[in-house]
Amino acid sequence: MTAAISILFDGLAYAMLLFIISVGLSVTMGLMGIVNLAHGAFAMAGGYATVTLMNGLGVPFIPALLGAFLVVALASVPIERLLYAPLYRRSELDQVLVTIGLVFMTIAAITFFYGPSPPSIEVPAFLAGQVDLGLRTVPAYRLFTIGLGVALILALWLGLERTLVGARIRAAVDNRDMAQAVGIRVDRLFVTVFALGSGLAAMGGGLAIEIVGISPTFAIQYLVFFLIVVAVGGLGSLRGAFVAAILLGVTDTAGKYLWPAGGGFFIYAAAVAILLLRPAGLFGREQAR
Amino acid sequence: MTAPDAAEVIAALRRRDGWHWAEALPWLAAIAFFLVLPDYAVLGTTILITILFALSLDLILGYAGIVTLGHAAYFGAGAYATGMLSAHLGWGEPLSGLAFGGAVAGALGLATGWVLLRYHGLTLLMLTLATAILLQQLANTAEPWTGGFDGLVGISIWPLLGMFENDLWGHTYYWYALAVLAFCFLLVRRLVHSPFGRTLVGIRENPLRMQAIGVPVHRRLVTAYALSAALAGIAGALFAQQAAFITLDVLSFARSGMVLIVLVLGGTGRLYGAFIGAAVYVALEDELARISPEFWEFGIGLVLVLVVLFFRGGLLGAADGLRHRLRRAGR
Repeated sequence: MTAAISILFDGLAYAMLLFIISVGLSVTMGLMGIVNLAHGAFAMAGGYATVTLMNGLGVPFIPALLGAFLVVALASVPIERLLYAPLYRRSELDQVLVTIGLVFMTIAAITFFYGPSPPSIEVPAFLAGQVDLGLRTVPAYRLFTIGLGVALILALWLGLERTLVGARIRAAVDNRDMAQAVGIRVDRLFVTVFALGSGLAAMGGGLAIEIVGISPTFAIQYLVFFLIVVAVGGLGSLRGAFVAAILLGVTDTAGKYLWPAGGGFFIYAAAVAILLLRPAGLFGREQAR
Repeated sequence: MTAPDAAEVIAALRRRDGWHWAEALPWLAAIAFFLVLPDYAVLGTTILITILFALSLDLILGYAGIVTLGHAAYFGAGAYATGMLSAHLGWGEPLSGLAFGGAVAGALGLATGWVLLRYHGLTLLMLTLATAILLQQLANTAEPWTGGFDGLVGISIWPLLGMFENDLWGHTYYWYALAVLAFCFLLVRRLVHSPFGRTLVGIRENPLRMQAIGVPVHRRLVTAYALSAALAGIAGALFAQQAAFITLDVLSFARSGMVLIVLVLGGTGRLYGAFIGAAVYVALEDELARISPEFWEFGIGLVLVLVVLFFRGGLLGAADGLRHRLRRAGR
C-alpha cells in the first residue's frame, strides 16, 4: 500500500514535469504541423538558465524559474523566425534534420560552457523537506511540482477555452487554411504560441534539475518521452497531453519500482501499442492527407 | 511540341541507367586510399561500413521516401545476430555469419515494415523511433544473451575463407569490407534502375496515383524496407566482426540520427551520396573530435542546418549545380 502511494505520488510528479515540458510541443506541432525535435533542447537551455541565475547571480529558485521562462521565450522568437519559418512548407525530413542540427549545436554549446557533468542547485528550505499530509509525509518538492502542473493545466485550459486568442489557436489547429481565410494571422499567432511553449519547456527544465537531473544529453535522452507524450496524446490537444503525461509518467515510475532491470521497457511498448491502435493519438483527430 | 518517339525514350532511359565513367572513381579512390595510407585501414573500414549503412538507408529514404528515425534497429540486429552466433554457438565463419546477420535483420525489417508502413507522417516517425528504442531496451533486459549494458564479449571470428587471418593493422578486413560493399552496391544499383526501383520513386512522388495505376504500394514499400534492413544488418554484422565487441550503442537513437546525417550530407536518392557523405563525415569526425568534441558536434549541427536550408541536394547536389553553372558559362 505504501509502495502504491509512493509510486502514484512520484509518478504524478514526473507526469507533471512531462506535461509542463511537452504541452508547448503539442500545441506548436498541432498548429504548424512541424516536427520539432529541438524542443528538449529548449527545456535543457531553461534548466541551465536556472542554474546560472541561481548559482551565478544569486536569484532565488522561483524567480529563477520565471527568469528561465522569459529568457528562453524571448530567445525562441528569432530562432522561430530564422530557422523554423522557412520549414513550414518543407518536408518532414527537412524539419527533422534542421531541428536535429539545432539539438547538436545546443548540446555542444552547453557542454562547452558548463561541462559534461550534471549541475546542482540549492532549493529553498520550504521545498527541501517533507510535508505531512495527515495520512503520510511526502517530499515537498514533488508536491510543489504537482501543484504547479495542476495550476498550469487550469490556466492553459482557461486561456484556450475562454479567451479570444485561445479561440484563434483552436481554430488554427483545427484547420489552418480556413482560419487564415477568415482573417486570423496564423503565422503571428504561431510566434506567440511558440515562445510560450518554449518558455514553459524552459521552466520544466528548471524544475527537472531536482527531479531527474539535467546534463548536456538531456535534450536527446528525454526528447523521446516528450515526443511520445505529444504523439500518444494527439497533436494540439491539451487534454491529450495531460492524460498521456499521466499515463506515461505513472507507468514508467511503476515499471522502474517493480522491475528495475527491465522497467524501461514498458513505456515504449505502451507507446507503440497506443500508436498502432490509434495513429492520431488518444485525443487527436485523424487528419485528412 | 510532338510526343517523344518511343525509341528515343528508351535510348534516354538506357543512357541514364548505363554505367558512366565517373562511377569508377569511388572504387579507385578506395584502392588509392589503402595504397597511400595503409596505416589508416581501420578508419577506412569504418568508412566502408558507414557507406553500406547509409546506402541501405538511401534505398528507403532517397528512393521510396520513407523517413525513419530508427534505422539503427536493423544495424544493431545484424551486429547482435552475428555476434551472438559466435559468442554463444561458437560459429565464427565470417561469410555465413554475415549472411546470418543480414537474414535476421531482413526478417525483422519484413515483420516491422509490414506493420509500420501502414502509417504515415509523424505517426510513422514516432513508430520507427519507438521500435528502435524498444529493441534497445529489450537487448538491455536480455542480459544473459546480449551481455546487456556491459556489451557482448567473446566474439571470435575465424580466418576469412579459412586462409586470411585479420591482421593487427586491419588490412585484411579493409579488403573484406570493400568486397562486401561492392557486392551490395551492385545489388542496390541494379535494383533502383529496375522497374521495381522506378515504382519506388513513383510511390515517393505520389502514392495515391501509383495505387490508382495498379501498383501494390504497401507490398513494394515493405519489400524495399526489408531489403534495406537486410543491408543495414550486413553493415552491422561487418561492424561486429571487425570490432569483436558490441554494446547497446549499435541500436541507439544517436546511430539512427548519424546515418541520416551522413546520407543527407552526401545527397539522397543518388547512391553515391552515401559514399561522399560517409567519407566526409567519418574522416572529419576522426580529425575534429580529437581536437575538440564540442567543436565537432557544433560544427556538424551547423552544417546540417545550412545543408538543409540552402543546399538541399547535399554535397553531390552542390557539385552538380556548380558543374551546370560552369557549363553554361563556358558556352
